[in-house]
Amino acid sequence: MIVLAVDVEKRLGTFALSARFKATGGVTALFGPSGAGKTILVNMIAGLLAPDRGSIALDDTVLFDDTAGIDVPPHRRHIGYVFQEGRLFPHLSVRQNLDYGRRMSRHPRDAAAFARMTQMLDIGHLLERRPRTLSGGERQRVAIGRALLIRPRLLLLDEPLASLDAARKHEILPYLVRLRDAAHVPMVYVSHTAAELRQIATNVVRLDAGRMVACGGIELLD
Amino acid sequence: MFDLSPAEWTAVALSLRVSIVATLVALPFGIAIGWLLARKDFWGKIVVDGIVYLPLVLPPVVTGYLLLISFGRRGPIGAFFADYLGIVFSFRWTGAALSCGVMGFPLMVRPIRLAIEAIDRRLEDAAATLGAGRFFVFLTITLPLALPGVIAGAVMCFARALGEFGATITFVSNIPGETQTISAAIYTLLQVPDGEVQAGRLVVVAIVLALAALIASEWFARRAGMRFQGE
Repeated sequence: MIVLAVDVEKRLGTFALSARFKATGGVTALFGPSGAGKTILVNMIAGLLAPDRGSIALDDTVLFDDTAGIDVPPHRRHIGYVFQEGRLFPHLSVRQNLDYGRRMSRHPRDAAAFARMTQMLDIGHLLERRPRTLSGGERQRVAIGRALLIRPRLLLLDEPLASLDAARKHEILPYLVRLRDAAHVPMVYVSHTAAELRQIATNVVRLDAGRMVACGGIELLD
Repeated sequence: MFDLSPAEWTAVALSLRVSIVATLVALPFGIAIGWLLARKDFWGKIVVDGIVYLPLVLPPVVTGYLLLISFGRRGPIGAFFADYLGIVFSFRWTGAALSCGVMGFPLMVRPIRLAIEAIDRRLEDAAATLGAGRFFVFLTITLPLALPGVIAGAVMCFARALGEFGATITFVSNIPGETQTISAAIYTLLQVPDGEVQAGRLVVVAIVLALAALIASEWFARRAGMRFQGE
């Protein structure tokens, strides 16, 4: 079953991006060198950036279609987004950061889901701390939890390990693999590191200089 | 020295009331204009920018006169307020609050604008992906992160309002109990023989109030800043 269908064009200054791919469940890797347009592409999926032309659909919902004049705003897309730098809110505690999405969508408190998430990501002991006092790895785990607690229909991860050193990367990856196998949330995972993607990806979209050059299984990482 | 006469207490209380009302009423406008100037590019932005800062560079007498002809009982805006909202500015304490608010406004907008400009907008994007619409992003992310600037702006406006003299006396005159603030009272006392001792007491009050405002602002800003540092 097709989960995500993307067919977009975008021009930013002299950079032109044109990409067309379909993703089924599992983890779709957006793979390519820096400057290939990977972040621009996920920002368009999240709704933070509007394509010039094209369409984006998630399951049977059209999120963007320029000919039909559809552009669902980011806060109504129900797409979780884990940014490279975490982007935790500095004025809120870890608990308030994790709870932010639930408060904004006015869902009732779900203590069981909250406890399951903090346990899976091993962040239960950090709840009363401020983001500034966390290590890089802890921050990314909180960011992943925060994005997952909105019960997203799709999870975007933009180089979630890039700001971490090798040891911290190995600290986070197992959580992501566990997430893939347990949570059944389809993911789009952006990275320029083949080794990292080999551990988590189920299929691969390869980008280079704003063009989609290949689309297929993880053999594309070689 | 410090047992103020009832008349002096009246001036002090009036000054506080005028300054507090001026600051509170100006604050939502200050936040809105600060946000607009920090975030939006629009046609005529340079004009809005100029008008906001005008009271800072105009002679206060000119600002007072402009208020008089526009917000006076027969001024176009003043007549509207009097007829439809029942608010009269001329020769009332409300007019004093208006002129103090106008004079303090540039000092309020500047720190708010700078604080909003300094916010990492990527945090607002993150909030949007978590389900927050634009208004809630502003309320839960932008405003709290700009809080030190908002407090600094409010205190600067308050302090400026306490000291306002020229525009206020031009607009609403110098009526004891209605529009005679500390500054106007000091000015009046200095016009009469032997008034200097009384004036001296009010001068001390003015210094104490201004210092208290500055210390309070510093304390609030530090507390707000501490919230980002963690415990």
